[in-house]
Amino acid sequence: MLYEKYRKLIAWAQLGLALVFTPILIAQGRKMMQVKGSDTLINLVQILAEEYMTKNPKSPIAVLGGGSGTGISALINGTTDIADHSREISSKELNQMWERGVKPRTFALAVDGLSIIVNEKNPLTKLTMDQVGAIYRGDVKNWRALGGPAQPISLYGRQSNSGTYAFLQETALKNKNYSSDVKEMNGNAQIIEGVLADEAAIGYVGVGYVLDKATGKPMKGLKVLLIAKDDKAEAYAPTDKDAVDTGKYPISRALYQSTNGKPNADITAFLQFELGPEGQKIVEREGFYPIGVKYVQENAKNLK
Amino acid sequence: MTKQKLRNLKESAIRTFFFMNGVLVIFILLGIFVLLLSSAVPAFREIKLKEFLTGTSWEPTSLVKVEYGILAMIVSTVLVTLVAVIIAFPIGLGVAAYLSDVAHWRVREIVKPIVEILAGIPSVVVGFLGIVLFGPALAKLFGRTNGLNALNGGILLAIMALPTIVSISEDSLNAVPSVYSEASLALGGSRWQTLVRVKIPAALSGIIAAFMLGMGRAIGETMTVLMVTGNARSFPHGLLDSVRTMTSNIAIELGEVPYYTTHYYALFAIGLVLFIMTFGVNLIADVVLSKYQERER
Repeated sequence: MLYEKYRKLIAWAQLGLALVFTPILIAQGRKMMQVKGSDTLINLVQILAEEYMTKNPKSPIAVLGGGSGTGISALINGTTDIADHSREISSKELNQMWERGVKPRTFALAVDGLSIIVNEKNPLTKLTMDQVGAIYRGDVKNWRALGGPAQPISLYGRQSNSGTYAFLQETALKNKNYSSDVKEMNGNAQIIEGVLADEAAIGYVGVGYVLDKATGKPMKGLKVLLIAKDDKAEAYAPTDKDAVDTGKYPISRALYQSTNGKPNADITAFLQFELGPEGQKIVEREGFYPIGVKYVQENAKNLK
Repeated sequence: MTKQKLRNLKESAIRTFFFMNGVLVIFILLGIFVLLLSSAVPAFREIKLKEFLTGTSWEPTSLVKVEYGILAMIVSTVLVTLVAVIIAFPIGLGVAAYLSDVAHWRVREIVKPIVEILAGIPSVVVGFLGIVLFGPALAKLFGRTNGLNALNGGILLAIMALPTIVSISEDSLNAVPSVYSEASLALGGSRWQTLVRVKIPAALSGIIAAFMLGMGRAIGETMTVLMVTGNARSFPHGLLDSVRTMTSNIAIELGEVPYYTTHYYALFAIGLVLFIMTFGVNLIADVVLSKYQERER
């Protein structure tokens, strides 16, 4: 009598599994180019890949997220062709690569001003790097201490496989631990969802995520804070291209892609598209910043 | 004569085939257990078992001091599961009683499949419901700024455990021999008295089993809780705190962890603890259920 019920359930489950796995198996048979890693980069790279594929329908590309750490692990384990990462490859990872004979070549794809965001109801407009660090370490727990309303700060952040997590930990937290009260979200988009819904929230995301694509201004309901290097320095916005380019905005960074050794012809063609003028125009359209002359030269050298 | 032999051969071949199928399931379970155990044990070369089970600080990637304590996660898991069970059990039993004793058979024919379809809703969809519906509602209700907390997770798990509880409870209520209720009604008992004093006690072990299986479902659920509980690692002080369950932690960290490190093994050790917990719950459910079936015979 119980079995009758579960037989139906099991049959459905089997059908479900078949539906899920068949396309995966077919896709693998077709030798797709795999791109995996940073969640900050995933939307951008997906759009780049789509535009590339409309022109080159014969080279299919699959773009997956998972975080920078996941992408780099996949490169080490040989399960991806290109790894996206929003931080540099760590020395630990370089050692692992060395052990497994992986020789990474890294290309800067875009420049990002890591944006610290709060709900629009929050009266604050700027923070210093020290304050950001204190908030995320859990040393400052109430907005009142920073001149805001008397509300406990609701922290939103990424998971430890995120390059953004590591980048902020290094730059603002001075390598100390994040507070254990941080709500760890699955990606940039989820942090934005959280901050939009939560008056007392603070979050951090790539600048490409805070802009409303239609208007080119920060999304409604969201406030992008100005960040100052210290008490004396002036505070700048991550949406200020000049401040990000010159490094006046203290948490700007390059976003990277890495391959194992010299990329093959297919991958090279895709990289050239991304790093060339066409690709960089898309980078800018999506709210990130195109790479400067220095990176262009380095990229060209790495492609040879 | 040869025909007879051929038939015997065929018979035994079929028998062997089904026997192998049965054995296969056992081997799969054993295989999983061995894999889990062999991947979990190396963790304890560097972590003390006591610290692992009683420590409240989980900082595997800390640059300052690496710590592996899972007590906060165990408590979070138990907290979310308890909420789920407390909500789902009375509702589930009520629905089951309604379906077996009150509802017209036509209503039952419609409602029961609907309840079973509920079991087929993907957990991501349930989680989404939690983010857009229950989260904001709970935030408003309790005057918090967000609704990413243990209560939200518990409510969603209750929804997910309901089909199991309803389905099995209803089966066991239906399995109560009709002479029981006929006798009660003949003695002048009302339908309510018959249900509460005769049928439910008679079906109690089946109902308890339903409850345990529902709980097992809730403990092991990952995606939904991952989406709505906020996943803060701190020790929970109440239902409105953001919590991280054991399943969420494994799901969050297994994707990025460097292979064959203490952190990697420690995640399997969490899996082992979880396995032991669900195994215990399911075992109790099974014992209760088989007792009940024995008595029916």
